[in-house]
Amino acid sequence: MNPELLLSLDHPLTRLVVGLVGVFAFVGLNALVLVWVERKVAGHVQLRPGPLHVGPHGLLQPLVDAVKLIGKQLVTPTGSDKVLFWTAPILAFAPVTVCFLPLPFDPHLAPIRLNLGLVLILAFSGLGVLSLCLAGWGSNSKWGLLGAARAVAQSVAYEVPLLLAVMAVALTAGSLDLYEITAKQGGWPWQWYGVKNPLAFFIFLVCAVAETNRAPFDLPEAESELTAGFHTEYSGMGFGLFFLAEYANMIVVSGVAAALFLGGWQGPFLSGILWFLLKIYCILFFIIWLRWTFPRVRFDQLLNLSWKWLTPLALLDFALAVVVAGLGG
Amino acid sequence: MQAFDPTALKGDLSAARFEPGPTEDKLILNMGPQHPSTHGVLRVLLELDGEYILRAEPVLGYIHRMHEWIAEQKTYMQFMPNMGRVDYLHAMAWNWAYAGAVERLTGLEVPLRAEYIRVAVTELNRISSHLLWWGAYLLDLGAFTPIMYAFEDREILLDILQDVTGSRLTYSYFTFGGVYADVPETFASRCLAFVRRLRSRLPMYRDLVTDNVILRGRCEGIGEMDVELARRYGATGPMIRGSGAPLDTRRAEPYGIYGSLEFRIPTYPQGDAMARYMVRMDELATSLDIIEQVVTNLPEGPIAAKAPKTLKPPKGEACFAVEGARGKIVVHVRSDGGPKPYRVKLRAPGFSNLSVFCELAKGTLLADAVSILGSLDLVIPEIDR
Amino acid sequence: MSVLQLVQEAYTGLKSLVIGLKITGKAFCQPGITVIYPNEEVDNLSSFRGHVELVGKEDEPDVPRCVACGACVKACPSSCITVLCPMPAKEGDEAGTVKMGPAPQKGSKTPGQFLVDFSLCSLCGQCAKACPVDSLQFSHQAYMVSFDRRDFQLDLLARLRRQAGDADNPE
Repeated sequence: MNPELLLSLDHPLTRLVVGLVGVFAFVGLNALVLVWVERKVAGHVQLRPGPLHVGPHGLLQPLVDAVKLIGKQLVTPTGSDKVLFWTAPILAFAPVTVCFLPLPFDPHLAPIRLNLGLVLILAFSGLGVLSLCLAGWGSNSKWGLLGAARAVAQSVAYEVPLLLAVMAVALTAGSLDLYEITAKQGGWPWQWYGVKNPLAFFIFLVCAVAETNRAPFDLPEAESELTAGFHTEYSGMGFGLFFLAEYANMIVVSGVAAALFLGGWQGPFLSGILWFLLKIYCILFFIIWLRWTFPRVRFDQLLNLSWKWLTPLALLDFALAVVVAGLGG
Repeated sequence: MQAFDPTALKGDLSAARFEPGPTEDKLILNMGPQHPSTHGVLRVLLELDGEYILRAEPVLGYIHRMHEWIAEQKTYMQFMPNMGRVDYLHAMAWNWAYAGAVERLTGLEVPLRAEYIRVAVTELNRISSHLLWWGAYLLDLGAFTPIMYAFEDREILLDILQDVTGSRLTYSYFTFGGVYADVPETFASRCLAFVRRLRSRLPMYRDLVTDNVILRGRCEGIGEMDVELARRYGATGPMIRGSGAPLDTRRAEPYGIYGSLEFRIPTYPQGDAMARYMVRMDELATSLDIIEQVVTNLPEGPIAAKAPKTLKPPKGEACFAVEGARGKIVVHVRSDGGPKPYRVKLRAPGFSNLSVFCELAKGTLLADAVSILGSLDLVIPEIDR
Repeated sequence: MSVLQLVQEAYTGLKSLVIGLKITGKAFCQPGITVIYPNEEVDNLSSFRGHVELVGKEDEPDVPRCVACGACVKACPSSCITVLCPMPAKEGDEAGTVKMGPAPQKGSKTPGQFLVDFSLCSLCGQCAKACPVDSLQFSHQAYMVSFDRRDFQLDLLARLRRQAGDADNPE
């Protein structure tokens, strides 16, 4: 893509539409790649090869899985609320795609500059919880209900420290636009906010893992306890959409982390989109690594961690950021 | 005949007896026969208030295969393969219990070499059972990798046992008076190599799992039982050793050559899931010690006493108790002088261990119930026989 | 609980998590231990207890040592062995025909048919133990796979002849 061509598209709507198409392509491709990466990393951590036979090194496995999921029968359980049941997967997937718009891939490739980009991302991620709720309630299944209840409490609990950590960084940078926050950092690690404010980085990572329902915080879909939690009753593409939404969510939070804490597109040399993607994938690898190492925390321990540890620490961090900003600015 | 209407079913007899309780807030949940973390086809009826368990009741019988009845239809030796299938994870112990009971009945003496080999293979089997328990327990708790590391060690162990017996899981290696076949020449060296290897791997298991703060949070203080509760229900094995009582059939009623071997009996007083976990991890070390002693001093000699082709034990009954991976296994055989047993009673340790679950699960969270079930080390086919 | 204790608790907790990550990270960088069948195969099948097969005589490898005594049939817990051998001629039989009956039969020292229903076999080894002439041994066939149940009805005499023929013409 020629940057000049995009800039020469004076009409903002054209730019937005092109950007959306690009975002959809990015999300789709990345979700497939991420599924492959997760299964390969899981395999190698467990001393086995992972997908190997479908395509070279199993690269076509996610594609074949998607075809299989599309081909399955869509079963609606008896007694379930059809509207809620089938709204839930769509509601899980749709908002996440919007969250990709404010991500600062590259200053020259911005489809739209939103001065409240951070708030947009946080707001739309909150809609994901609603979809879990609808899925669990609408399935007319006790397992789903338990999963939905857990999901709501977990998401609410971890929103607070997440917001506080993000606010601390926004305060230091003086803006809610992800492009500006990234521009305030530099290419070298000591210029990143992750190094200047490591507590916020740590809190953000923990909350991000909890918000995306990834192990060790994957209680809503705890496989060994709740059969499959909120998505027990889904088959075929319903499950596929939840699956895709989870991976897209992971990419969004990794993107936000890379932008806020790791300097975004900036690198020591040749700054650009490739650095941003590299940083996203490093964080994604770390999140996947976490999943395959640790057991699950118990529900009340999860809430304890959030309310008794992360929220006070996040408040402390926010206060420190206020003081530092006040002294500096 | 009315047409079959599935929505009219309100539950089966077990669910009907497990009444809903006085208020509307309670949820009756079937941790059904198909569930990822009930090891085998176990159904647990739970009455939940939110996530807290008010009542729990296991429903058994989904894999009742009538082993004790089959024993009355087959000759003594023909029944031996069934013993490997009762508890397939510690098949050697069940083999030993049955062979021991029949030997006691007929007065067969087992030669010394066979006794040593019996101890070696039973302890190897115990290690493989504990490794699988460890991996499966962590799988229930949500950690997907330790089971793979445990299976890496287990594969080497199964290769050793394959060389000895030809099978990898359901061994039918014991005969009345000894063992089926002699061990190969490489047995001693391979066992010692395995002992060295597992001893070097145990610190890694401790670092990855036992010391992990998340695991400690899931296991410490969960499912506390005191010795009196264990005695009331007859819970044996790591259940009672994890509550402070050093009861081990190998020490209390020595069989084979266990009386002459030196080994520690790990006991932890806390009585919670963590204590039972630590007991089993320490038992791995104990079994390694026993294997080392036995394999370095393997005497020469015959591997089986002479027994008639069709065994006809004299009229009478005999009992034989063995320490299995899950607890005390007792086989009681009664003979009427014919070629087929009159009655074989199999006492499975899992049955008594599971009975404690009802009391342990009261007032705990659902996640804790899963943790308690895992710490009981259940093998449902053994419970249902 | 004092603040110092809390901090200490948090420190040991985080340290245990980091140590766990190091172990899985190291495992990630190591080569896998899976033997990827069918590209690779395991190397210890010579001790594997596959289905039983007949042992041929030393001087006549296509003739089994079996004397059609029926001991293995009696010993099997699952009744999966069928041994048929020629029955002695009775009046009323047509001349020239030979009826087959279950072993043992009077005057019959070799089996006419030796079938094993492997779908019932539990690999206990009682048949091999019961045989007075050691005519049964375990094959090392670990990869028995088929779409048809009839492929598990093994004709051991045919198998022995095939094995003897292969031994005569090694390729």
